[in-house]
Amino acid sequence: MSNEFIKVEHLKQYFPAGGHGKNKRFIQAVDDVNFTINKGETLGLVGESGCGKTTTGRSLLRLYEPTGGRFEFDNNVIFDVENKKFAKMDEFRKRMQIVFQDPYASLDPRMTVADIVGEAIDAHKLASSKQDRYDMIIEMLERVGLNSEHANRYPHEFSGGQRQRVGIARALAVRPDFIVCDEPVSALDVSIQAQVVNMFEDLQNEMGLTYLFIAHDLSIVKHISKNIGVMYLGRMVELADSFEITSHPVHPYTKSLISAIPIADPKIARESKRIVLEGDVPSPLNPPSGCRFRTRCKYATERCACEVPQFKEVSAGHYAACHNLDACN
Amino acid sequence: MSDKYLVDIKNERLSFFTPAGEVKALNDVSIHLEPGEVLGIVGESGSGKSVTAYSLMGLTANPGKLIGGSLMFNDHQIENMTEREMRKIRGSEVSIIFQDPMTSLNPVYTIGNQIVEVIMLHTDKTRKEAKERAKELLELVGINEPSKRLKQYPHELSGGMRQRVMIAIALACEPKLLIADEPTTALDVTIQAQILELMMELKEKLGMAIIMITHDLGVVASMCDRIAVMYAGRIIEYGTTDDIFYNPKHMYTKGLIRSIPRLDATEHERLVPIEGTPVDLLNPPAGCPFAPRCEACMKICLRQMPPKAVFDEVHYTHCWLNQKEMMEKGEANE
Repeated sequence: MSNEFIKVEHLKQYFPAGGHGKNKRFIQAVDDVNFTINKGETLGLVGESGCGKTTTGRSLLRLYEPTGGRFEFDNNVIFDVENKKFAKMDEFRKRMQIVFQDPYASLDPRMTVADIVGEAIDAHKLASSKQDRYDMIIEMLERVGLNSEHANRYPHEFSGGQRQRVGIARALAVRPDFIVCDEPVSALDVSIQAQVVNMFEDLQNEMGLTYLFIAHDLSIVKHISKNIGVMYLGRMVELADSFEITSHPVHPYTKSLISAIPIADPKIARESKRIVLEGDVPSPLNPPSGCRFRTRCKYATERCACEVPQFKEVSAGHYAACHNLDACN
Repeated sequence: MSDKYLVDIKNERLSFFTPAGEVKALNDVSIHLEPGEVLGIVGESGSGKSVTAYSLMGLTANPGKLIGGSLMFNDHQIENMTEREMRKIRGSEVSIIFQDPMTSLNPVYTIGNQIVEVIMLHTDKTRKEAKERAKELLELVGINEPSKRLKQYPHELSGGMRQRVMIAIALACEPKLLIADEPTTALDVTIQAQILELMMELKEKLGMAIIMITHDLGVVASMCDRIAVMYAGRIIEYGTTDDIFYNPKHMYTKGLIRSIPRLDATEHERLVPIEGTPVDLLNPPAGCPFAPRCEACMKICLRQMPPKAVFDEVHYTHCWLNQKEMMEKGEANE
């Protein structure tokens, strides 16, 4: 299928965590994650801290060496660990970019904005002359709502929202097709978040970008994404259309996650019943056997402890991994 | 009138004197709170929401300076109290929980040590009795195996657990007022739900008042009786939770509510952001601080700070537009 622009199969990312030989231990940050994204669409990834959503994004960009799985990008195999196929990343780096969470930490304080944006242009030798380079930088800044006046300033002279715009301009400078947005608005004030979210949407429409949008705030993710994947402790537990998943979640974890989000409407908030989960997320160093959510799930049975639930389609385009879907719905 | 208030802040002005100049953190802030009431203070970073609450505990000294106004808490006149007197009421009558439970607990002392310290400082219990009380407190905040936890250090607990310990410490002497400064911002949503539930439960049990400082409108909607919206060191709108959410009057409040995407939306609607950037408090604009970002800005807004526009006993704003509307209405009535 040609319209599957991004195709991820059985992605695994383990990190060594001490020990030697037989006793060597691994953090199973991402385990067997599958998804596809069509061109020009957005997939949102949500989950609590430590669930592997950021790691997923970074593994795809080969910022980590993946432990297992296969990733196809626009019909090019970027990596296929089982068959030991790894693409040369140079040309693909131009097409895949990332926007980081913290606009205060991800910009070099000693470089001007023009240098930050221009560095990407230099690295890929995209400009033919100095004037060309300058024009490209200004064009990118204008795209993200800044202007040529801002080019010679340093990051500390900008507010949080403006800094995030610089971060986005840097990612856009090489004219990518695919951008991993790693919590791009969580560090911003509420009134500024909406500005940046709107800009992401506009850029997508203008430039045909495909996003992997990672965030813990489900309301924002729902707003911007076509599909949403919910992760728990390294595994994808549910994946569906964003309206479907927020109105008819089937996995018990998604249900409690959605009910836990405080709604900014006092009447609804007073009436709504939260499904409060007991306890904390277990350690990914030693995840529960079988279904990883079973230790906090009130529907858990013996089967959940010994058998990993398959990620299967429950209705058209709606996937979930749970043994007891009938019991909890 | 003022006798029945637990907290009565009148016209508070507070500035920070920094090398770069005077930062007017609070301008003419008035808040009152009845016993057992939950007040939410919302606003962006730098709007003065934390400073308002901290000044009640006398925690804004150097380079902060109170320039005017009166702060009354539980029959204490806070601005006249010495540091020594303040220390007596901190932790016993008013206590606080902070955003980041990791940095607010001392990493080199056990949990038990830190709870016992508070109890022994404010009561005449012996160490043994204090330990018993600490165990009770941990049970109260829903931590299992309290005797084992008492011997553990903060790094051995998860974020949610640490925040529970912070709440246990804050409640050790059954304060009349609990200040919660972004208590769940650093936590995941499922843990946030646990902590908010716990706070409401404890409020019912112990009958304390809560000042809830947050930027999350969802959190205040479910918890608070009244809400103060702050912008650039001023309360620009104050009202009951229903007033603020269903009948917001100030353009900033309206914009704030409009700009958050709703989880229960059934179709894709474009967000309506508040344009512009937050105010630089070193050089605040003359007139209404929100005027440069306000879409209904009038000439007078740029020149002069709007006076209070009162809608009913509770609900008020500081906005020229509301003033104008009220005057027009008044004339129509005549």
